[in-house]
Parts: sequence; C-alpha cells; structure tokens
Amino acid sequence: MVHARRGSIGRYYDINGWLFVAPVLGLIGLFMIYPIVWSLWMSFQSGRGMMMKFAGFANIVRLWNDPVFIKALTNTMTYFVVQVPIMIVLALILASILNNPRIFGRGLFRTAIFLPCVTSLVAYSVLFKGMFAPDGVVNSTLAAIGVISSPIPWLTHPFWAKVLVIIAITWRWTGYNMIFYLAALQNIDRSIYEVARIDGVPAWARFTHITIPLLKPVILFTTVISTIGTLQLFDEVYNLTEGRGGPSNATLTLSLYIYNLTFRFMPNFGYAATVSYVIVVLVALLAFLQFFAARERDK
Amino acid sequence: MTNGIGRAAGGLLTYGFLGLMAFLSVFPFFWMALGATNSSIDIIKGRVLPGAALATNVSTFFTQVNAPLVFWNSAKIAILSTVLTLAVSSLAGYGFEIFRSRHRERLYRAMLLTLMIPFAALMIPLFIMMGKAGLINTHIAVVLPTIGSAFVVFYFRQCTKAFPSELRDAAKVDGLKEWQIFLFIYVPVMRSTYAAAFIIVFMTAWNNYLWPLIVLQSNDTKTITLVISSLASAYYPDYGVVMVGTILATLPTLAVFFFMQRQFVQGMLGSVK
Repeated sequence: MVHARRGSIGRYYDINGWLFVAPVLGLIGLFMIYPIVWSLWMSFQSGRGMMMKFAGFANIVRLWNDPVFIKALTNTMTYFVVQVPIMIVLALILASILNNPRIFGRGLFRTAIFLPCVTSLVAYSVLFKGMFAPDGVVNSTLAAIGVISSPIPWLTHPFWAKVLVIIAITWRWTGYNMIFYLAALQNIDRSIYEVARIDGVPAWARFTHITIPLLKPVILFTTVISTIGTLQLFDEVYNLTEGRGGPSNATLTLSLYIYNLTFRFMPNFGYAATVSYVIVVLVALLAFLQFFAARERDK
Repeated sequence: MTNGIGRAAGGLLTYGFLGLMAFLSVFPFFWMALGATNSSIDIIKGRVLPGAALATNVSTFFTQVNAPLVFWNSAKIAILSTVLTLAVSSLAGYGFEIFRSRHRERLYRAMLLTLMIPFAALMIPLFIMMGKAGLINTHIAVVLPTIGSAFVVFYFRQCTKAFPSELRDAAKVDGLKEWQIFLFIYVPVMRSTYAAAFIIVFMTAWNNYLWPLIVLQSNDTKTITLVISSLASAYYPDYGVVMVGTILATLPTLAVFFFMQRQFVQGMLGSVK
C-alpha cells in the first residue's frame, strides 16, 4: 500500500510523482475541464456575442422548437446508425480474411486497405467532392457499366448527399478499424480455426461463433471510438458540401450547426453551448449503453 | 466438406472481394495524381488518363498560394505541438506508472474520461479564452489546447509497464536524481515508443482542421489544410490546382507511412492489445 508509506522516503516519492504528472494535469485542467464547465454554465445563458444574461432552461426549450437543430440531430444519428455498423462489419470481414496466412499477397492487400488512413479529413473530402461531381469519374463509371442511366446528383440531392458522406467516411476509416481487429486476431490461437475447419464448421459460422466473440473487447473499443468520432463529424461535411450543410441542410451535423451558430450567424454562444452539450450527453449515453450491452451479453 | 469446385468458387469470391476493396481504397490516390495532370474541366468530366496540364496546375498553385509560408506554418504548428505533447505526456505516463498513489490513480481515471469530451463543446470557451489572451490568429493559440492529451498519456503509461525496473534501481544506486533517470535512461530506452507516438501526434496536428479554421483568420497564418479547403470551396474551384495542393499536403504523411510502417501501425493501435 503506497499511501501507507510514511516519513521522508514516502514524501520524496510522492513529491516526485506529482511533479511528473503536474504539467499534463494543468494543461488538461485549463484547456479541457475549465472550458467544459464554462460551456455548461454558458448553456444556461442567452444573448448576442459577449452580452449574455441568465436564461434558465430557455435554451433547452429552444432546442425542441428549432427545426434546424432537429435536422442536425437526425442527420448525425443517421450517420451513426447507418455508417458505424457497415464499417465495423466490413472491417471485421476484411480482417478475418486477411488473418488467414494462406491468403496470397495479404501484406499488399492490408497496406492498400489501410492507405486511406494517411489522408487528412479535408484532403479526402476534397477528392471525393471531385470524384462525385455530376459528370465525374464515379457517375461516368456507373453509367458505363450500366448501373445507372442518368447521373446521380451526389452533391445536390438531400438523400444522395447523405449517402456520399457515408461512403466517404467508410472509405477513410474501414482500414483503421481493420488493423485493430488484425492485431487482436494475432493473439488468437490459429489451431482453434483448424479444429473448427476439420469438424466441418462452415466459414460463416467460424466467423460468427469464434472470431466475433473473441474480438468482443476490441469491437467494443472501436465502436466507442467510432461513436465519438461520428457524433463530432465536421471536416467532411464542411468540405463536401461547401460549409453549408448541404442541400436544404440534408448533411448538417451537430458540430457544423454549432460552428454556424458561433462563427457564421450572429454569434449566440449560449445556445451554441447548449447544442454542444447535446453531443456531450449523447457520447456519454451511447458509450455507457455500449459497455452495458457488452457486459449483458457476457452473462 | 467442400468439394473442389465449391472451394475454387469460394477462393474466387474471396480474392474478388479483396481485390475490389483494395482497388476502391487505392483508386482515389491514383485519381489525385492523375488530377494534378489534368485541367479542371477534364477532372470534373471524369477523365482518368494522364493529361498535359501538370505544369500549368503547379505554376497556378504557386502563384495563388504562398506555398513556402503555408508549409512553414503547418510544419511549425505540427512540430511544436508534437514535441510538447510528447514531452508532457511521457513525463505524466512515467509519473503515473512509477510513482503510484491512490490520489493520482483517481485523477488518472478521471483524466481518461476526458477522452469522451467532444471538441465542439470546448471550442466556444477556448475561442473566448484565446480572444481575451490576445492570441487569436497566432500559432500559439492553435498549439496550446492540443498539448494535454489523455490518449497520449495513456499510451505512454501502457508502454512504461514494459520499462525494466532494474534500470531504475541501478540508476538510483549510482545516485541519479529522478529527473536524470527519466531524461538519461527512460527517454533513450523508450525511443521506439516515442517514434510511434511522434508519428501519430504529428499526423493529427498536421491534419488538424476545425480549431485552426476558427483561430487562424488571416492568410499569412494559414496552414496547408486550411488552404486546400478554401481552394476547393471557391465558387468555381480549379480542381487541377486543388489536386496539386492535396498531393503536397498528403505527401509528408504518405512518406512517413511508407518508411516507418511498423511504428505507424504501432502508434495507431496505441496500447490496445
């Protein structure tokens, strides 16, 4: 028991401990804890710019009656509900295929699929904006192989703009999730798979009954990371849809709405802070639910 | 139990799927390279062959953008942010792991909760703070909030678990002070940990967008990421020029990835095992 140490050795030990951790604690205190508490206080105030006064729950009432907020919330949740599962399943399938040492050229495949992770969110958004232009390479390819007869309005149609955002995020992050699964799969004894194969367990059943249960902690970790990331979505939407949140706000996210409220419209710090706390609450709630769900399934 | 034909079909399906995924992952990079050689109109029309506009695009890029200054801004911010983050986080990771106490253990756990704080909830107070401190439009304002990172502390603490305690004991016998042990023994021994952390923190800082977008308001302070974004959001963007910009912005991270792939992946994985 360290805390039971007494005398000069214990104190020496303790002082050193504090000295080593003090800089980080100071910085996190000043640039994270203080602002997040300030933000909470701000969310109970209203006014323009720095002229703010206490407003109680007025901002929270305003949330309910704000169609743009409802839209941003719905869009953000849509991205989360649709994109995260697609990406995680895709990453899991890729990882379990590439974990098989008999796959020819697996190093090359792994590098290729991981490559999108080196791009900045802005750079790939800009690339995708060009590729998905009305007569761009994606539409002309789809037309050439006969999938579509007229160009898909990726950037201008509310539905397709959302699809484009989902395609873009999936492209950027699937490889990232895959390497987490690959790293975890290396710790699983391959003989389990061999035994299952010899016993005639089909590939799909090996995937659902061996791979997924053994990878559960990593899947949970990546799901939480992706949840936090998706709820904060900003760079992609801002750059794919020219900072406006797309056709009739179809791609607007909560982060983008907060940015607009603060830096684009007449600044309303109080209301913007309230919207930002919606993200805080959602992240905490969803992370808690995911941990809870994982624990329940353990029983 | 599968027969030969079934197995062949399964193999074909597997390789077809892998090939398609690899192709889709890599294609935008080819397209970016091809785009730099084509005129904006050809790019928008979906041309996927090399063109003859490379020289024009490059020269337009360098006339529209003060490239040396923009790169210097990006590099300065990224290097400053990375060096400070690594210094402060490795100190803390070492401190939390080596000098354990009940109070610090509690603080450590509380600190990990800050990983869930979304940046959107910090940006308004941070913006007001930087405004009051007179730091708007400075690179210091971009760097300051990025230094204290719970994730990097966590990474260093996990890696410190592998730091041999015999080295510490021997150094103490030799009469080294705690800061000397850290600086002259821990840092050299853990250099691969530092390398992996450097890559990831550098890349995050190099690619950072939202906070610099808020803080850096004049053209002479902007980073390459901000410049690409504003080139591409013009009413009629010149895509050939934009492609030159994205290539230049992506090259540093791409180079680091290819030359230090192992550390790159290690850093991404953090200490999740």
